[in-house]
Parts: sequence; C-alpha cells; structure tokens
Amino acid sequence: MKMLGADAILRSLEAEGVDIVFGIPGGAILPTYDAFARGTTVRHVLARHEQGAGHMAQGYARASGRVGVALATSGPGATNLVTPIADAWMDSTPLVCLTGQVRSSLIGTDAFQECDITGITIPIVKHSWLVQDVDEIAAVMKAAFHIARTGRCGPVLVDIPRDVQEAELDFSYPDEVDLPGWRPPRRGHPRQIREAARWVAEAERPVLYVGGGTINADACGELKDLAESGRLPVITTLMGKGAFPETHELFAGWPGMHGPKWSNWAMNKADLLVACGARFDDRVTGKLAGFAPGASVVHLDIDAAEIGKLRNADVPVVGPLKQVLRDLGSELRRLHEGDTARRYDGWVDQIFEWRDEFPLRYSTDGELVKPQAVMESLQAATADRDNVIWTTGVGQHQMWAMQYLLCDEPRRFVTSGGLGTMGYGVPAAVGAKAAQPDATVVCVDGDGCFQMTGSELATSVMEDLPIIVAIINNGYLGMVHQWQNLFYDDRLSQVHLTHAVPDYAKLAEAYGALGIMVDERSQVDDAIDQALNAGRTTVIDFRVDPREQCYPMIPAGAAALELIEFEEGAETEGVRAL
Amino acid sequence: MRHTLSVHVENKSGVLMRITSLFVRRGFNIESLAVGPTERPDVSRVTMRIDCSQHSLEQIEKQMHKLVNVLRVSELGPGEAIERELLLVKVTAPPDRRAELMSLGDVFHARVIDLGPDALIFEVVGTPEELESFEELVRPHGIKELVRTGRIGLGRASAKPDAGRRLALIR
Repeated sequence: MKMLGADAILRSLEAEGVDIVFGIPGGAILPTYDAFARGTTVRHVLARHEQGAGHMAQGYARASGRVGVALATSGPGATNLVTPIADAWMDSTPLVCLTGQVRSSLIGTDAFQECDITGITIPIVKHSWLVQDVDEIAAVMKAAFHIARTGRCGPVLVDIPRDVQEAELDFSYPDEVDLPGWRPPRRGHPRQIREAARWVAEAERPVLYVGGGTINADACGELKDLAESGRLPVITTLMGKGAFPETHELFAGWPGMHGPKWSNWAMNKADLLVACGARFDDRVTGKLAGFAPGASVVHLDIDAAEIGKLRNADVPVVGPLKQVLRDLGSELRRLHEGDTARRYDGWVDQIFEWRDEFPLRYSTDGELVKPQAVMESLQAATADRDNVIWTTGVGQHQMWAMQYLLCDEPRRFVTSGGLGTMGYGVPAAVGAKAAQPDATVVCVDGDGCFQMTGSELATSVMEDLPIIVAIINNGYLGMVHQWQNLFYDDRLSQVHLTHAVPDYAKLAEAYGALGIMVDERSQVDDAIDQALNAGRTTVIDFRVDPREQCYPMIPAGAAALELIEFEEGAETEGVRAL
Repeated sequence: MRHTLSVHVENKSGVLMRITSLFVRRGFNIESLAVGPTERPDVSRVTMRIDCSQHSLEQIEKQMHKLVNVLRVSELGPGEAIERELLLVKVTAPPDRRAELMSLGDVFHARVIDLGPDALIFEVVGTPEELESFEELVRPHGIKELVRTGRIGLGRASAKPDAGRRLALIR
C-alpha cells in the first residue's frame, strides 16, 4: 500500500500491537506527528520532558511485560532520552525509542537540532538504526521490536530523518526478521541442566538467588514450582522483587547493601547459590572476594556474557529461564524421588531463626514521622487490594520501599536498579498506570527525586492516568546525607534541600492534583486513605525525620557480612517485615 | 597478553564503531586493526590485535557475539592460523647505497615499487614479526615514511576445518 514514511511508522506500531506510546513532538519528528493527526489506533501520551517519556515507556514495559515505546524529536529531544535508554540497558527493559533526525542532506553539517544520537547511544543500546531509505522502515521496525524483546531484553533506537518520514513507499509489514547475526539462545543444554540439578541435590545449604531476568523471562511460575518441589529458600534482588511471593514460607528476603541481616547471612553462608537471571551486581555482593565465600555457583541466564563476568560459575546454563527452570525443577524432582525433598529443612529453619533474631529495626523516638512507619502504613493500607503497583525513585526511600512493601506477584515493583536514576518514579508510575489502568499505582518518591521529574504530574492529570505520589520528604538528598554522615564524619555538603521549598502539596494543587501535607504521626493513615479513595492524582508530602538512616547497610567495598546495623535506642520498633 | 581476533560482520555502517566501543569502554588500546571484504559480498572481516587479559578477552568476545551485526568471533591462536601484514616504507637511498638496500630487500622478498633520486619505496609482505625485523634493518639507512596495514589472518587450511578457537558458548 502506498503511503508516507511517517504513516508507515504508525502502521508498523499497529502491526506490533502497540497500544500506547509516550513522547513529545518537535521539528524533525513533525511528519510522524502529522500522521498521528491523520489517525491511528495507537494512543499518544504527551509527556512534559523526553526523559519523562522514556521512563514512562519503561514503567509501561515493566508493569506489562510488553515493549515500551518512546518518541522524541532530534537533538535535545533525543539526548533527553539518553538517561532512560541507559536505565533500560542496565535493567534489561524492552524499549523502542523512535527519534526524528534532521533531513538526510543536513546530517553531518551541524544543522539546527542535529545530533548523532545513534553514535551517542552505541554503548547503551542492543542495536540502533539510522534509517536512510524509506523502503527500510518496515523491516527496521520489525527488527527493532524483535531485538528489544528477544534474548536479554533491552533498549533499541530507530533514528529517522525528516525527509525519510516524508518520502513515499509501498508498505507491507514483514512476517519474518532477517537478522543473521541475532541468535539468542533458544534452549538450555539438557546436560548442563542435569548437572545443575545434581549440584542442587547434593548441596546442604542452597539458596535461589533470583534477579530481574526471571521476571523478564516470564518464569516466575516455574521458579515457584522449583522452589516448592525442592523446598529451596528464595532471595530476590531489587530487580527480582515480586518474582517470588514475598509472603511465601520459603521467601528469604533481599540481598545486598540494604538487605536485612538475615537475608545476607542466608546468602553468604549458603554452600550453593543458584543465580536465576541475576548478575552479581556490586550492590548485591559488596566486596566480591568476600561474597558467599563458601558457595558454589549454578548460574542460569539468557545472556552468556553474564556467566563468569564477576563470579565464576561451577555450572553455567545459558538459555531462556522459563524452560531452564522448568527442566531444572523436573530434574530435581526426579533426583529427589519425592522422599528426600525435605533435606534442606534444617537450613530453611536456620534462616528463619535468623529472621526472628535480626528483624528490621528503627527508632520510634521523638515526635517526627518516621519514614519506615510511613512504609508500614502504606503496606497495611494496600494489603487487601489485588492490584497495587509500586514505583520508586532512587535513594533511602527506595531501600525502605524494598524492605517494607511486600509484593506477591511480579511486575508490581517498578524501580531503577542498575543505573540508579533519581526521578524514575513519577514518570514510571504514569507509564505503569497506562499499562494497567485498573491498578492502584503508588510512586514512593524522595523529595530530591520528585524535583527531578515532578513535572510529569501534568501528564498524569491531563492524560487521566491517576497515580499516588508518596513523597518521603526529609528535606535532604537522603542517601548522600547518609553516606556523609557515616563515612565523612557527618560533614554535610550540598545535601540540604529543605522540607518546605517547594511546598509539595501546593505544587500538586497547581498541577490540578490533590495535595496533602502530613507532618504528624496521627495524620499518616488518614492521608493514605484519602489518597487511595480520591480517584485522582494525589501527592502526599510526608515530612519525615531527616536524621533517620536506612539500616542495615553494607558499606561500599565491604564484605556482605561486615554490615552496619541499627543501634537500638530507648524506644525502638522491631519489625518483622515478613 | 596479546591476542588476535577475527570477527565476521555484516557489511553495514556503524559495525566497526560498535565493536571498537567495547574496547574503548574498558580502556583497551587496539594495537592493529584491519577491515576488508571476504568471499561473501555482504560479509566483512575485522582482524584486530589487542593486549588484554584472558578474562577480559572472553568477556569482550561474548559481548561482541551479542552485537546484532556480528556473525562470528574467533581467536586466531598462534600455530593455528596464518597471519600476514603488508608494509610500505620509504627509505633514504642515495645512488651509492641502493645496491646494499636492494640486496637487503631480497632477503625479505621485498619489492621496490618506486624509485626516486635519493629514496625508494619497499613493499614487504610477511608475518608481523618479519616486518618488524625488516624495519629494524632498514632503519639505519633512514626511514622517511612508513605505513603498515595491520595484520590479517586465516585459520590454517591444514588444521581442522574450523581452525581458530571459536568461543565456547554453552547453549
């Protein structure tokens, strides 16, 4: 069918089943926006900043499991997408970014709003294309979606010059991709899986160390079967949060820098780690040489490059986790033959003794609202709701959210793990709401994070994508404050933001949202109830105790067992989070 | 430790930058790089010489495999592959020194491809080590200019069919 390149872009999106894209128009992408005006089934959500559009697409992808799509113009529009692209690269989020480019004849001439975005993004994309011929559009779009979601998920970028959008082509969408160099593993090797099962069966203290790859692989059901059939304790990383039900009897918490002491003990005293779509990130391992020193490693991953990258794998299995975990489960059941399945019970009991011995603790001293108490209230108020999606920024509030908000299902905790992108929370929440309109979407944010992307409240309000933003407002760049407090003799340098500027409740009102300020403990529950029942975008400004630090903590570069614990004061709350 | 990698790639724009960015990111210098066509018009071959640890090399090989335009990565191990390089060198050659230089060239099967009143240009093909020897021998005569193509290589025909160590990917 004859059409313009711009229309071909939209027809390609439709053919891929894309229902929604997030973007901002500009000069070089104008022809494509004109195609939107001509009509399409694809909904366009107008962001206020391209970074917001990118994080929305990420939030959409993480909440739905589908590919997120962001759209921007050339030059600054494209460079504003760089942070979301890098974030999606680190967290393996399937993302297709479409950018306009200046006309082909102007490329390389320093034209207005020209930048080499394919060049800039080379280290942080799975692949990218500068479309030089209108006839390539369909094949490139097909390949872009295919690559974003196959193998290890991640971002791709398609840069389309304005004249290519304006040129005419005879459009037909291909059924197949032609990518001879793209061959993601299709199947884990049966011999390796049998070997892995043998190691698990022979272990005394095994732990399933589960990362975000398990969620990306849609393998959480297989994980649960494996854990239950072997009665194996499960630890999930920040990115893996929700891959295994956090109220399950075999759930053993979260590892790493701010994981509970008992979870880190379980991880580090294990004799076998079965890494499932996890990558031995330094925030999980602490000092690598001191990490789980007595453990052998079975490493299951779709990405061969993760095997042996940081920690040697005794048994590597490269393949799609859905199949690998399923086969590992049935192999383990065969080895156990039913009757030996309870052999780890002593180990599992030990872990839960540690859990009872070392619960998360915080001080209840003074009058101020405690951030951890806000988390507990949020958890309690939403516990009976079926479909709650949490998003976060990055910092102390994110770690408290990990510790106190429980997720029983995957895709309910949307956060920036690898890149640690402050400002991720609000736009990710908007994207998650777009993906799951029936969900209650709550962004737990910091005051520092909120100020980076809070303008996307406008998108939330204007696009009828209502979210709740719970700002844990301690008036500081809290995690930096914590590091300065602990490691720089409390010399605070450029971390004070103040509680009151801006006035977040008033700011919310200015955006047409509901704004609630909470500075007394007695107001916390009412404010949360009000927000949950408001039916519109609501910002709660929780003015919390600025001296509250996030514990436990493994200092950067220290071994996991050298963690810093909360020192009990006069009045403390011992919380068994699980 | 030095390694020679041979990378089959789709003949498309940007491939070289994607490959080299994997080295740049880690701060590794590429000592020699040669890119050219192969027996298939749609496939090019990149031959690169790198100084890095075995562990880093394996990481980079695996990362390279993930690049969409990369078809195959193999290491040309010493003994398993033939490596050659071409050198052009312009040497000071007044008439009274020409004979000496040309007999030197004969030892290395070097061809004189240009001759001027006070200089000549040698073309030498050989292993990179042979070229280095030749370079040292002509240096006292005065090298005006010198350029090398960077090494290229093929797995030996006499070795097993797929000579050169292919990355052992467990799949």
